Amino acid sequence: MTRLHLGAYRAVLSARFRMLLQYRAAALAGLWTQIFFGLVLIMIYEAFYRSTTARPPMAFRELVSYVWLGQALLAMLSWNADAEIRAMVRSGAVAYELCRPIDLYALWYVRAIASRTAPTILRALPMCVFAAVILPLVGLGEWRLAAPPTAAAAVAFGATIVCALLLGCALTTLSNITLLWTISGEGAVILLTTCATFFSGLIIPLPLFPDWVQPILRALPFAGLVDLPFRVFTGHLPAAAAASILSRQIFWTIVLVLFGRWLLSRGMRRIVVQGG
Amino acid sequence: MNAIRLYGRYASISLRGQMAYRASFLMQTIGQFLLTGIEFLGIWALLNRFGQIKGWTLPEVAFFYGLISITWSLADAVTRGFDVFAGTVKSGEFDRLLLRPRSTILQLFGHELTLRRMGRLIQGLFVFGFAVAAADIEWSVPRVSLVVLAVAGGVCLFVGLLILEATSAFWTTEGLEVWNAFTYGGVTMSQYPLDIYRPWFRRFFLVVVPLGCISYLPGVAVLGRPDPLGTPVPLQWAAPLAGPIFLLACLQVWRFGVRRYQSTGS
Repeated sequence: MTRLHLGAYRAVLSARFRMLLQYRAAALAGLWTQIFFGLVLIMIYEAFYRSTTARPPMAFRELVSYVWLGQALLAMLSWNADAEIRAMVRSGAVAYELCRPIDLYALWYVRAIASRTAPTILRALPMCVFAAVILPLVGLGEWRLAAPPTAAAAVAFGATIVCALLLGCALTTLSNITLLWTISGEGAVILLTTCATFFSGLIIPLPLFPDWVQPILRALPFAGLVDLPFRVFTGHLPAAAAASILSRQIFWTIVLVLFGRWLLSRGMRRIVVQGG
Repeated sequence: MNAIRLYGRYASISLRGQMAYRASFLMQTIGQFLLTGIEFLGIWALLNRFGQIKGWTLPEVAFFYGLISITWSLADAVTRGFDVFAGTVKSGEFDRLLLRPRSTILQLFGHELTLRRMGRLIQGLFVFGFAVAAADIEWSVPRVSLVVLAVAGGVCLFVGLLILEATSAFWTTEGLEVWNAFTYGGVTMSQYPLDIYRPWFRRFFLVVVPLGCISYLPGVAVLGRPDPLGTPVPLQWAAPLAGPIFLLACLQVWRFGVRRYQSTGS
């Protein structure tokens, strides 16, 4: 790849970053809403934990940190197609994307990375400050976001969450490409995002699913998006598990990228530009 | 033309417009059905693991879940005009509404009768149907009417919340997402019986934003169980009235907002 090409991707990345960082008031409002949701979820889990005598598969302390991480990184945890690309396919403007002298898959992949990371960076820090610092100050220490148990766990989380981002963006790009098949593609995107949302641990942490579902969850690619990195952070999984988690995430990222590229080349062959 | 006929006219135009894109409507409905479906699957998984939550079983939780889903999707269908109101103010479009010889509230209701929550409504009905079949409720005419009144009161309450959200757009068009905590957050909160939450949280949702009065209290009466919070039965039956009362209060705030409205001039 030439220098010119890399520069083009960097420009796309920084332009989208600057655009997304404009919405500060919306970010503040979002923070409040996510705090509210986090508190409701924690109270629900608290009620469950208090009304059982059996030992749950996750300590309450770990579960609470899991919930806050989910709220802090929520902007990253969506695998839906890019709304602008959807509009482009509808209006026919996608034809312009095809004319650009750069690799379309890489362009859409970089776009996905930018649109997932910029809002996340903006929201994650204040959310963590609230959950880790302010909650204990107002006497709700048992609801706080606890730091990873060891430095190794923190490093392992850092590595696995980056791979979660790469895996997630491969999914988003796949969704974008599917849209080239307009109506039937729309249906596929719905199925894909529903599965990802449910089987990633975004609805409830995966260890809380019934035991007989666990083998299915392990076989699917989605646990690497949310559940595995979060459990490394909370200490539910040891830092040493990072190697196997990373290889799983990278394996599925490669599979999804190859599949996405193949699908894109097929889509290019049969593309019908909508609109006039 | 009276107000009700005019609203009927608005609604039928809006429905015809949406049905022009049948495939897209169908996809949206299926998508929402699935997305809310996995939310309930999560609740099922938790109750499967823990057996109960403070003594409430899956059918009982499903009752509260279904009730609030039905209520919210109905309320959302009629309030699209309030939902997009910030844009109406920003563009100066609101001036045109003020010039027409009809109330602004009626015109905003008439903005659109949206079908975008149809999937959620259907899913809510399914879950409610499951609750009715599984929860061993002694049905009677008064109890059925109480369910209907709870839904009606709840729709009033959510409409009130959306009117407040729209009113705040007179002061600022930024960051209106704060209201989502009460609407979307309130829905999530009401999917479980109110008594599982901490006392300060419960009090807020019984007195300030009385969501508990339109779901939890009538729900306890219909399920026919003694309330762990100890509310007397007559109060449980009267509780849905909190919805229309809340709405009236919100309408006062709206009138105040309209009186001090200054156009953006664009």
